[in-house]
Formats: sequence, structure tokens, C-alpha cells
Amino acid sequence: MSTVKESSPDPEVAGTGAYTWTGKSRQWFLRHLPPDKLLPEDQPSYVATWAYVFGMGAVAGLVFIIGSGVVLSLNGPQWYHVSSLGHFTNSVHLWSVELFFMFMVVHLWIKFWMAAWRGGRLLTWITGMVAFLVSIVTAFTGYLLQTNFDSQWIAFEAKDALNAVGIGAWFNVANLGQIFMWHIMLLPLAVGAVVALHVVMVRAHGVVPPLDAAETDAQLCDSNGTSPEPEANQP
Amino acid sequence: MLELMSQAPSPITPGTYFGWGDVMIQSGNLVVIIAMLVLFVLALVLPFPGGRSRK
Amino acid sequence: MSRIPSPMSWRKGDDIASRPWRGRIRDYDLFKELTIGVVVVGLLVLGLSAIFSSPDDPGVTLKSWAAAAPSDFVATATAELGGTSGTAGYGPPYNSTPDASQHLGFFNPQELSGVRLPVDTANDFVINPLKTLPTPPAALATWSAATADQQTKWTADYTTALSAAPNGDPARVANGNYGPVPALTSALLGMAASGNLDGVLQNSGQPYNLDYTPTILFLGDGNYFPDLATTAHLTGDQWGVMNETGNTPGQSWLWLFSLLYQIEAYKSSPNADILVVATMLVLSLLLTLLPFIPGLRSIPRKIPVHRLIWKDYYGKR
Repeated sequence: MSTVKESSPDPEVAGTGAYTWTGKSRQWFLRHLPPDKLLPEDQPSYVATWAYVFGMGAVAGLVFIIGSGVVLSLNGPQWYHVSSLGHFTNSVHLWSVELFFMFMVVHLWIKFWMAAWRGGRLLTWITGMVAFLVSIVTAFTGYLLQTNFDSQWIAFEAKDALNAVGIGAWFNVANLGQIFMWHIMLLPLAVGAVVALHVVMVRAHGVVPPLDAAETDAQLCDSNGTSPEPEANQP
Repeated sequence: MLELMSQAPSPITPGTYFGWGDVMIQSGNLVVIIAMLVLFVLALVLPFPGGRSRK
Repeated sequence: MSRIPSPMSWRKGDDIASRPWRGRIRDYDLFKELTIGVVVVGLLVLGLSAIFSSPDDPGVTLKSWAAAAPSDFVATATAELGGTSGTAGYGPPYNSTPDASQHLGFFNPQELSGVRLPVDTANDFVINPLKTLPTPPAALATWSAATADQQTKWTADYTTALSAAPNGDPARVANGNYGPVPALTSALLGMAASGNLDGVLQNSGQPYNLDYTPTILFLGDGNYFPDLATTAHLTGDQWGVMNETGNTPGQSWLWLFSLLYQIEAYKSSPNADILVVATMLVLSLLLTLLPFIPGLRSIPRKIPVHRLIWKDYYGKR
């Protein structure tokens, strides 16, 4: 938009708007996560194995967990005892959780064997692990909300581990009201945020290349022929 | 007391368990764990349908 | 002086893993994959739900306990009254029983958390509920007027007598001086059998109450409720932490947590819970911080599963 062509350090003159917090943030995001990285139409040639579908499978599982959880929320925790539609929704909630965990665990195994933290992908690994751990706590609070024999027993049994580490005094598994809030409000927010961050990290850093990939590999040296120059360091 | 209780039918479904010594696993959990291992192995050995490859 | 980082390091450097990929690429459609994923997983979820449903074994009430195992209820009520039940001697956060808390050496978070959810079993579970009856038993006055030593002697003697009676049946207890205890526990049994105690114990006099702590603790002090859990393989020494009732898969991701409770050093320790939780925290932290740990992070290179994962790539190099 600016007609001034010579490069100027003054962002106002350059028309980038990067002298405000908003403008600087936008620049930061665009630099780290340009639209073609966020929503890519191609992937490296090595991204061609079933090993890559489990992360997406877990995300799809989460979609059904949230969907069925919303329907259960609309009707309250005891609806499923008395309604056949409610019981089916409860079953959908349970089985999407089981599939979510199965896909997530296989995803974790595969990413471990890929050593997928290489090349600056540390936070991708850590956010993935945090998503797994927070999901375990979320699922646990869900088991406490079944309002049946299983939830009664889990409340009785699980209190010992929590009390022993001093958490039970504040996180009381026999307090249905408290656990209800954790399960439908606090923990879903945490899982959603961490999973979103994880997915954004994956897109920003790209998919990790095979271990011991070398410039002499056919898939690399067949390309443009120019020797790749190192990219500027990113935090 | 135990005899008294055993007269009443238990309202709780016990489920099927497999045990080897100290190791005891419920059938549903066993199926889930086996399914994960199978998925893992299949993901490594099954050929992936190829898309168009570009340079 | 430049150091060549390990190929297994998480650090960004001048290597292929750290640069945007400049080699051969293939078409990829993120939204198409997401759509396929949602459809496939959706069909799986609906199919599994339709075929296997979900378990819903009815909960235990004080009423159902009193009906199914009245002797166990009376024995438990006696223990609550005498302060000898599991809850009465639990320690923080319910009460301040000395030396009841678990610790790791000098570190005692249970003690540090304090008595934040105070439970006085004799008053909260027995005496106060009985006071809400339209005609409270006269034995309440006898109990309140007695010294603590006298109360302890009555409940201890009655506990011994109950365990000596055939099937623990309160009606067949040998004669003795148990003071007001048989009258109190039998009045509480009547209250439970009528369903009255469930409401009184849970609502604590409030119109709304979502806190089931008193009911859960009282149920757990008996044998009836834990025995049902044993039937369903739900107790800690049965790997029960990861199990669900019936054959529905439970929290199988807690397998390691369950496993620790089955092995020695943990199994027989009076501090089993804090030891298990501490171990799990350390292991979770190790896995989360794995990229920092030399040796562990090199395992994927030493055991070359990646050769299988990327077999197409390595086959064409």
C-alpha cells in the first residue's frame, strides 16, 4: 500500500503496522505460522505411512467426546439412568473416550520411536505429553460422575492416593458438585487448550524427518538441486 | 455375616478376568490393550495408499 | 567452538530435522483427512456403543446396605460410635488421628494439608442423625451423660460381643453391659432401613447438598460395600484401579499405577499410596522431559523401529 519503496526501519513508513502490540503479534504469528503452514496442501514424501493417522484419530475421538459430553451436559448427570437415548449418549461418551486414549497411546508410541522431538520440536512433545496426562485426570473425574456403583467405589478408593499426597483436602473425590465442575468445565478447557496448542505446534514445526535422513537421500537431492541454507533460529 | 450376604444376589456385575499369578486383567481392558498393539503393528507393516508425488 | 549436537537432541541446529523440508513432497489434504477421521471414528463409536452399550450398576444406599447386611451395618455403626472405624482413625483431611498419615521420609503432605474436611464419626454418622428422629431414642441422653472412657468400654465390649455372636447377629449377642450402644445402633439401623438416614447423612440439614463424603466414608467403613467391589474386581490389590464393572474396558491407561500396588516394596508399605503417586509423578515427568535425557532419548536409534515406520523412505534412498 505504501509507495515508499526503499527499505525503512520505521514500521509506519513500511506500512507493516508493526509498531503496536497488535501489529507485532500479527507479524510474530505470520512469521511462525504462515497460512500455508497452518493449512498445508502438501507434506514431505516420507509422510506416507499409516503411522501418521493416529494423531488425527485422537482428534476425531475428542470431537465425539465433546459432542456427546455437550448432550449429556444439557440433560444433567442422572439423565442417562432413566432415558434410553441418554444411556446411548453415555455409551457414545464412554467409547469415544476409549478410542481417544487408544489412538493417543499408539500415537505416543509411534512418536517415541520416531524421536519426534528432534529439530526444535521439544514443545510439540511436551504439549502432547501434557495433553495425555490432563486427559487421564479428566477421564478419572468422568468415572466419578457416573452416579452409580462404580463411581461410588472409585470415590472411596481413590481418596487414599489423593489424601496421601495432600491433594484430597482440596480435590475431594466424594464431593460430586466439585468433581462435576472439574469434569465439565475446568478440565475440558485444559484439554482443549493443550490439544489446540499441540496441533498448532505440529503445524508450525512440520513433521519430523526420518532419523538419519541425509542430503544424499534420493528424496532430498532430487529436488531443486540447490543446497539448502539454514533457517533462522526460532524459539 | 458373609453367609448372610451371600444369600442375597449380588447387584454388581463381576465380569470375566484372566489371571497369571499376580497379574489379573479384565477382559475389556485386555481387548483394548491387544487392539492398541495390533494397531501399532499394522501401522508399521500395512502399505499406505500412495498419493500423487511431486517435487 | 562449535559442538555437533546429538542427532537425538531436541535442539534446533543446522540439520535436516531443523530445517523446513526441501525434498520431495506429496499431495496432502488436511481437511479431507480430518473429515475421513471424523467419519471413521464416528462409525466406530456409534457401532461400539450400539453393540456394547455402557455399564450402569446401581449404587449402594445406606438403605440397601441395611436391608442386605443388617449385622454388618450394626457392627459398622458401633465402630463409628466408638471411634474405631477406618474413617475415625484416618487422619487428615478428616481428623487428626496421630501417626495415621502417610509420609515420604520427613515429607508429610497429608499432615500439611490439615483437617480440611472434618468428620467426627460418632456425632456425624450416629448421634446427630438420631437426634433428627421425631422421637429420638432415650439412649442418646445416657450416651451423652457418660464419660469418654465409659463410652469406649461400651462400644468395645459390644464390638467383641457382636463378632462372637452367630453371623454377627445383634439379636443373638451374649448378655452384657453395653450401655446405650445396642439401642443407638439398632435405632440407626431402623433409620437406615427406612431410607431416612441416606437423606439426613447426605444433606447435613441443607436443602441442597452435592457433597457425598459422609455417605461414601460410612459405606466404606463396613464390609458390604467393599465386598461388592471385591466381587467386581475393583479393589486396589486386584488391579481394581483400572477396572470397570462387567466386561466394559475401564481406565486401562492407569495400568502402571495399578501394577505398582501389586508389587512388593509398594504392596506391603504403610506408605503405599504416597510411594505409588510419587513414583508415577517421577515417571510421568521423565517421559515428558525425555528429549532432555541422554541415553533414554537415544533408545529409538538403538532399537530401529523407525526403519519399519519409514520403510518406504529408507527403501528409496
